[in-house]
Amino acid sequence: MRRGLGLGALGLAALAAAAFFVTGATPIDDSPLAGRASDPAKGETIFIASGCASCHAAPDAKDDAKLILAGGQRFESDFGTFIAPNISPHPDAGIGSWTLGEFASAVKKGVSPEGQHYYPAFPYGSYLHMDDQDVVDLWAYWQTLPADATPSQPHEVGFPFNIRRSVGVWKLLYLDDTWVVQTADTPELERGRYLVEALAHCGECHTPRDALGGMNRANWLGGAPNPTGRGTIPSLRPADLTWEPTEIAYYLETGFTPDFDSAGGHMVAVIENFAKLPASDRQAVAAYLKALP
Amino acid sequence: MKKHLTFAVAFAALACGTAAYAQSDFSAQLKARQGQFRIMAINLGIIGDMAQGKSEYNAEAAQAAADTLVAVSMIQQAPMWPAGSDNMAIEGTRAQPNIWEQNDDFLAKWGDFGTAAKAIQAAAAGGVEGLGPVMGQVGGACKACHDTYRAPAN
Repeated sequence: MRRGLGLGALGLAALAAAAFFVTGATPIDDSPLAGRASDPAKGETIFIASGCASCHAAPDAKDDAKLILAGGQRFESDFGTFIAPNISPHPDAGIGSWTLGEFASAVKKGVSPEGQHYYPAFPYGSYLHMDDQDVVDLWAYWQTLPADATPSQPHEVGFPFNIRRSVGVWKLLYLDDTWVVQTADTPELERGRYLVEALAHCGECHTPRDALGGMNRANWLGGAPNPTGRGTIPSLRPADLTWEPTEIAYYLETGFTPDFDSAGGHMVAVIENFAKLPASDRQAVAAYLKALP
Repeated sequence: MKKHLTFAVAFAALACGTAAYAQSDFSAQLKARQGQFRIMAINLGIIGDMAQGKSEYNAEAAQAAADTLVAVSMIQQAPMWPAGSDNMAIEGTRAQPNIWEQNDDFLAKWGDFGTAAKAIQAAAAGGVEGLGPVMGQVGGACKACHDTYRAPAN
């Protein structure tokens, strides 16, 4: 009996050790990034398409002030309120002291330089598809941005979600580096897939999530309740979004729907970004959405 | 006398009740302000369809649509937005309470629509190439206001 108890305790300890091991945060292998030439101009396009400023600029920042990634915007969710941190190149308040490898670990794996998991409010579940060269160019562009000394604020997240290790379990369950749409047999569809599934991270809002907050890939872009609790984020699947491809592209450029209503909410920021990208990118997104199974 | 008094009290109560009802309904104001946005959308559609090449460019039709947009921008807004006609207080609107909390900014954004409408008015008859940029400007004005003050659709 006593021995059984001992074994049981040993088993539990082993399980805990195993859980501790698998929920650990390991940085990315940065060797594929080493020695690459970087192009900050290309990085700017990645920055715009990825919408970094849309969440990390100060609340209500306009125009050029959006390039100051001071943080402070609040994002409500079922798990608590996340507050975007300062990711400007400030050495103390921001991420100015990071290496390229640490930046890549954050963006593609959701792992901080201190070896902590980031919450998936940061859409690394989409950014994990980002090309290595694009990460290099993005980091080069980052160095041209203004530094800001505003301190980051702690997230307002309660138990048990305030245990960062639990994010390790979440990552095991949900991080998936395969494309949702497996076949993209033209360059346009491939570009559209890269924009929708990776950089612009459309699925993060437009795909419904399960009880633990993982994207339900079986209902990819199928629409979802707004995490703020007010209203619905619409489905983008062809049966629901019946707009012509040119209409989708025009919406992403101007914010006008085919009946000339206009976008609101967070989509406004998305459209501001898409309006700055080449027309071919907006057409590629439209082509990808129309080709969804 | 006593009977008269009772009637008077009953009437007064009824009158108060009616007044309170009218105040919390605001259906006329909702129709008016939503109607003006419909007029905007229809006329933006005329110009936007030309800009996209969905319909053939017609300088006269574009000018008439642009003039209408400017006319809408001149409608005084305050009487259509009485306090308490927000989406937390009543049904049938997506107007958020912050319209009243930051009313100066709300009205400034309405003013930005007016500026954009005048830009369309100036460009409308000058050829189809000129429509894209001014549509972008008015689109920006619409979004800027909706981003802050309109609740998402259900």
